[in-house]
Amino acid sequence: MRTARSPLRRVATLLVVLLLVSMAAFLLLELIPGDPLATLLPEGATPEVRAQVEAAYGLDQPLWKRYVDWLGHALQGDLGRSLQSQVPVSHAIFERLPVTLELAGLALLLALVIAIPVGVYSGYRPGGILDRIATFLCSITLSIPNFLLGVLLVFVFAVSLRMLPVTGWTPISRSFTGHVQGLILPVVTLAAVEAVAFIRLLRNDMVATLQQDYVLSARSRGLTTGRILFGHALRPSSFSLVTVLGVTLGRLIGGTVIVETLFSLPGLGSLVINAISNRDYLMVQGIVLVVAVAYVLINTLVDLSYPLLDPRVRAS
Amino acid sequence: MPQTKTEQQAPPPLEGATSAAALATTAPPPADAPVVRRRRRRRDIGAALGATWLVVIVLAAVLADLLPLPAPDAIGDQFSLAPFHSWEHVLGTDQLGRDQLSRAIYGARVSLSVAIGATLLGLVVGTFGGMLAGYYRRAADTTFEIVTNVLLAFPPLIFLIALVAALRPSITTLAAGLALVAVPTFARIARANTIAFANREFVTAARAMGATDARILGREVLPNVMLPVMSFALVVAAALVVAEGSLSFLGLGVPPPAPSWGGMIASGREELYDHAHLVLVPGLFFFLTVFSLNRVGDWARGRVGRESAL
Repeated sequence: MRTARSPLRRVATLLVVLLLVSMAAFLLLELIPGDPLATLLPEGATPEVRAQVEAAYGLDQPLWKRYVDWLGHALQGDLGRSLQSQVPVSHAIFERLPVTLELAGLALLLALVIAIPVGVYSGYRPGGILDRIATFLCSITLSIPNFLLGVLLVFVFAVSLRMLPVTGWTPISRSFTGHVQGLILPVVTLAAVEAVAFIRLLRNDMVATLQQDYVLSARSRGLTTGRILFGHALRPSSFSLVTVLGVTLGRLIGGTVIVETLFSLPGLGSLVINAISNRDYLMVQGIVLVVAVAYVLINTLVDLSYPLLDPRVRAS
Repeated sequence: MPQTKTEQQAPPPLEGATSAAALATTAPPPADAPVVRRRRRRRDIGAALGATWLVVIVLAAVLADLLPLPAPDAIGDQFSLAPFHSWEHVLGTDQLGRDQLSRAIYGARVSLSVAIGATLLGLVVGTFGGMLAGYYRRAADTTFEIVTNVLLAFPPLIFLIALVAALRPSITTLAAGLALVAVPTFARIARANTIAFANREFVTAARAMGATDARILGREVLPNVMLPVMSFALVVAAALVVAEGSLSFLGLGVPPPAPSWGGMIASGREELYDHAHLVLVPGLFFFLTVFSLNRVGDWARGRVGRESAL
């Protein structure tokens, strides 16, 4: 469908997209209706005071000038200071980032650990009992939004069975078991949908791969089923997983916002939600910019990795 | 953005409605591809039940004012009443004594009108943009690529959160934001199908007879592109219902006291131990609606998508 494009064009598109993304993040603040200085100015401020504050924040400059200044600072890692706590936005982001990365990373891992055996086996015996159970459970899980799933898991495992803490975050330095216990429900909540998505893809690709001639030839050579499934068929069946990685990641990032709010975890997601309720718009802007840029870059890397994974893509 | 090469079935479009686009842009299978023998198509009971639920909930939402229900914000004197304990409040009441069934149905009004409105808006805008890009290629296509890439550069929920934070949530801003999330999906499907149809004989014939581009796009290409695009509408709507619910859950949806399923779940979770029904009732409505949209959507895609997608 899509013709192969030169790396140069790709880089050019990437840069244009990043530039537009930064403009969108910048304009986010301009969209806010009302007086941007309302919260900063003392009551009954004279026009002179107002002009001074405007000058201090650069608001007397034209829009494009402010954008260029802002971009210049952002490129040097300066995203301004939180209007609420006066902490530099970039510091706050870096402080919260590890929690979010840990959540998303573990969820991705758990999803793969669940999906690979189930998906491979379902594809090996399509229409079999495990396949049908998996398909049924998948279609149900897919329709439970993660915030509902999280609340239900809390209800069952934390409130009723009292096996796990309801909310809260224990730093790994204080207690390893406490840390893990606090992570179980959030990670499961995040991983469920991704596992289901992976199972569906892997199963369908596996069904197709297992009809290839080389699988037949492997079987005729007397290789064990396990060897054929995991040694020969899994890798060519797993490219779809890589291709949806970008979508998965987008969902995971959105999911961490929900999960961090639900379980009161100190990550980027709860930071952005708090910032919104505090009207700390510089913080919101900074987080949105960082998340979007990271997301674009990772997606580009995923895009570029296809030829490394699948020689057929290189050929076309 | 990820382009699928060997994908057989679109990944579930929860939240990332974008994933649905992958299917439509899938390359046609090579001639030597293995033929997966399809089982004879059985009656899809799940889809039939789903369609029934959708009809019921949509009718209830539309006719909410005519139904014999207490007002959704009428504060009663029985707090957190469990379901099936009173004829007056069949599904119980919430912490303020408000009728849960009524709130769930009026919540459906908000969720469904936002999701359906956004889906339609996204479908129209996306189809239009996708067709222009697919028909004219070159500059139009480059612009298309950049615009969709910028829209897809933000993880969907982050995009919505940012937009809602700046613009204050209301039904209009929510619908507009969700529509923007849905545009790339529809646009990609429209573009891929337009490219496929733009060089077909009937288009060449129309052009030879002196038809203008507008006429070719409107009368020759559009009818062919419409079907695959529309077959994705329900699945996208399901993703948008979830997105709207997520925003409401985070307190960024339609502001209270207007009832919304996500908001009901969020406020109910504070009394999870004593009154689980506060979460379970809206949760069930939510689940049934998303499940139905997905099932009927999958059915529609199966009927239409496979045959016409390139």
